Amino acid sequence: MTQPTCPLKTAHPEIIYLDYQATTPCDPRVIDAMMPYLQGEFGNPHSSTHVYGWKGLEAVEIARHQVAAGIGANAKEVIFTSGATEANNMALKGVLGFYKDVGKTHIITTMTEHKCILNSCRRLEREGFQVTYLPVEQNGLVNLKTLEEAFTPQTALVSVMAVNNEIGVIQPLKEIGALCRQKGAFFHTDAAQALGKISLDVEAMNIDLMSLSSHKIYGPKGVGALYVRRKPRVRLLPLMDGGGQERGMRSGTLAPFLCAGFGKACEIAIAERDVETARLCALRDRFYTYLKEHVADMVLNGDFEARVPGNLNLSFAYVEGEGLMMGLKDLALSSGSACTSDSLEPSYVLRALGVDEGLIHTSLRIGFGRYTTEEEVDYAAKRIAQTVNKLREMSPLWEMVQEGIDLNSIRWDAH
Amino acid sequence: MTQNLAAYLDYNASAPLRTVAKDALLDALISTGNPSSIHSWGRGQRARLDKARARVKAALGAKSAHVIFTSGGTEANNLALRGPSCGPVFVGATSHASALMVPGITPIPVDGAGLLDLDALKSLLEQAPKDLPCLVSVSLANHETGVLQPFDGLTQIAKTYGALVHCDASQAVGRTLVSFDDLDVDLMTVSAPKVGGPPGVGALLTARTLRLEPLLWGGGQEFSWRSGTQNTPGIWSFAAALEACLQDDWTDAKRARDHLEARLINLGAESYGTGAARLPNTLCVRMPGVRAEDQVMAFDVEGFGVSAGAACSSGKVTASSVLMAMGHTDGAKESLRISLGPTPDPQALDAFYHAWQRLFERARSHTSHGKDSL
Repeated sequence: MTQPTCPLKTAHPEIIYLDYQATTPCDPRVIDAMMPYLQGEFGNPHSSTHVYGWKGLEAVEIARHQVAAGIGANAKEVIFTSGATEANNMALKGVLGFYKDVGKTHIITTMTEHKCILNSCRRLEREGFQVTYLPVEQNGLVNLKTLEEAFTPQTALVSVMAVNNEIGVIQPLKEIGALCRQKGAFFHTDAAQALGKISLDVEAMNIDLMSLSSHKIYGPKGVGALYVRRKPRVRLLPLMDGGGQERGMRSGTLAPFLCAGFGKACEIAIAERDVETARLCALRDRFYTYLKEHVADMVLNGDFEARVPGNLNLSFAYVEGEGLMMGLKDLALSSGSACTSDSLEPSYVLRALGVDEGLIHTSLRIGFGRYTTEEEVDYAAKRIAQTVNKLREMSPLWEMVQEGIDLNSIRWDAH
Repeated sequence: MTQNLAAYLDYNASAPLRTVAKDALLDALISTGNPSSIHSWGRGQRARLDKARARVKAALGAKSAHVIFTSGGTEANNLALRGPSCGPVFVGATSHASALMVPGITPIPVDGAGLLDLDALKSLLEQAPKDLPCLVSVSLANHETGVLQPFDGLTQIAKTYGALVHCDASQAVGRTLVSFDDLDVDLMTVSAPKVGGPPGVGALLTARTLRLEPLLWGGGQEFSWRSGTQNTPGIWSFAAALEACLQDDWTDAKRARDHLEARLINLGAESYGTGAARLPNTLCVRMPGVRAEDQVMAFDVEGFGVSAGAACSSGKVTASSVLMAMGHTDGAKESLRISLGPTPDPQALDAFYHAWQRLFERARSHTSHGKDSL
C-alpha cells in the first residue's frame, strides 16, 4: 500500500498531528464517496413515495451493509445515530428503560469507560438503577473474576469498552461476551476506538450491542451507529421519538451523505487493517524505542501487548505537566481524552489504573494514524525527549533524585 | 420512469443542498481536529464552531439565546420537550411527529383551518397543576399545510399562566421572517436540511435563563446540554445555508402556488389551510375519491416528487394526522402535499396540473363504471 496523500497538510503544516484518538481527518476517498449525495436534487431518504427519496435511501442501505460487514453483523441490526455518544446513551438508557419492568435494573461497567458511558450511568443511578463500576487492573484490563462476581440476578447489561480512548488497551471481549451469555445479561461494548483497529465479530464475541463512531475511522463527524442484536432480540426504549425511523429505535431524518461516508470509511478501514496495523506497529516501536533510549524514568500506562498499535500513553516523572505541554506546542497531542482536555482535570482513567498522582499530570496520549509518517515520528520522539530532559534540568526534584534522595521520604509540609 | 428534476415538489421534506452550503461543508471537511482539544487543530475547529454559533444567532434574530447544535430537528424537538424541568406539556395537534410522539404530552386542538384553539389552550393551562410551569409547544409553520400559527396570542396566554413556550420553526425559517427575540419564546427548533443545509444538523435555541436536562450525556459539549463531538463541517455548512436562505425571494413561488391551487380547485380539488396565513411554497390538496398512496405512486411514475403527509414513517402512507386534527377525516386519506422551492419551473407545474387532471378524470370514470378505486 502506498502512503495515501495527507489531507492534513492544508491546515497546520507546522504542527504534527498526533491525536488520532480524539478525531481523524476525513479520508479523501471518503469525501469522494459522499460527493454524489451533496449535489443534484435528491431527497429525504424517508420519502419513500418518490424516486428522489429512493436515491437517498439507497445510499443509506449500502452504508448499512458496509458497516454491518465490518463487525460480522446483519445490515438490519445496524441503527444509524449521530455518533458514538448517542449510541452509548441509547444502549444504556434504552435497554434499562425497556427491561426495568421485568426487574432488570442493574448495570455493570468499568471505571475507565468514556465519559458518555459513565455520565449515562450516573444519570441512571439518579433514576434508581444500580450500577457497579468495576475497577481495572494496573494494566487497564478488566479482571474476569471480579466481573463474574459482580453479576446479580438483576443485571440487565454489562458495558465494557472494546478499546480505551486514553490508553488504547483492548479488553478481552470474547471472554466477557461468553460470561454475559452464561449469566443471561446483555453485553454492550463501546467500540468507537476499536473499529478498524482490531477484529470485531458480534457472533464470535457474543456482543449484543455495539457503539460505533465514524470520525474515529477517517469518516465524517456527525454519524455513528448502534449495533442491536436481532437473535436473540434486544429491545430498546428510544431516546428520541418522532417519525419512527430506524425500526422505531431512532427517529430523525438520516443524512445519506454522512451514512455513505461512514460506510466507505468502514470498508476502507477493514480492508486495510492488516497492512495498517503492521505499519503503525513499526512506527510506534520506533518511537518508543527512541524514547526509552533517551529518556529515563518514563512509564508506559496501560498494557503494551493488549493494545491498539496507534496509541501510546506515557508519563514522565519529575517534570511539570503544563510545562511539558507548553514545550510541545508543535505537536498536536493531548494529556487525556479530548472531551476532558479543556477542563484540565486529571485523567480518571490513569487514576483507575493506580498511576501515581504526579505521573498522571505528566502523561501524554500519543496517537498515530493513517497519515503519520516516519519523519513525523522521528521528529516527535526527538522533541519529546529534548523537552523532558530540558525541563528536568530545571527541576529541583530531578536534581534531588540524581543526588540519591528518596522523594517519598521528604515531608513537604514541614515548614 | 421520466426523471425531470424540475419536478421535485417536496421541498418541505428536504431542500437540496445549497451551493454555498456545499462549499462550506467541503471546506470544513478537509481540515480536522476535535473542537474540545486544546492544541491548534482543536482550537481551529472550536473557532469555526463559535463563529457558526454567532452566525446562526444573528440569522435568527436571537441575541438573547443559547444555540445548542443537535443532529437535527427531531433531536432538537425531543430535547425541547424532555429537557426543561416543567409540568404538563401541551403540543399543537398538527405538530410534527417528533413533538407529538413524545410520551406524556397532551395535544392542543386546532380549528378547520389549522389554527390553534386558544380557548382550549387557556383551559388546559387553567386546569394544570401550578407547582411547575407548563410547556406549550407549537409549530410556527405547519409541515403539511404551511399554515402559519400566530404566536402573539399564544405566547401572551402562555405567559399569563407562567408557561414556557417552544416554537418549532423548522419549516418557517427562510420562508417567512423568524426572529427568536421577537417571538419571545423560550425554546426554538431549527433544522438545517429544511433551509438547504446538510441533513444531520439542527439546533435548539434556548432562552439564556433556561436550564435543561440533557438527552445525551457524556463529554459535556454544548453547554453540557448535548454531549457528543460536534459535527463542525455540518454546523459550518448549516450557518452558510441559514444566511443564504434569508436572501430567498418567495414571490414567484407564492404566485406559482396560488395559480396551481386555483386551477386545481377549478378541477374539483379541495385545498387546506386557506383560511389562514400560509407559507408561500406549500399546498395541501385533496383529490376527492382517490387514495393518497395511489396519487403519490402515479405522480412518481410521471416524475413528480410529492408526498402524502410527513416523510417519516418508513414507507407507509397513512392518513394525514394533520388533516385529521383539523377535522378533515376524508381529506386525510386523499390529500397530497406539494412544496416548492423559491424558483419553481412554471412548465413543470403546468405538467403537474395536467397529470393531476388526468389522474382525477381517470379515477372518476372508473368510479362511474362502478369501481371504487384505481
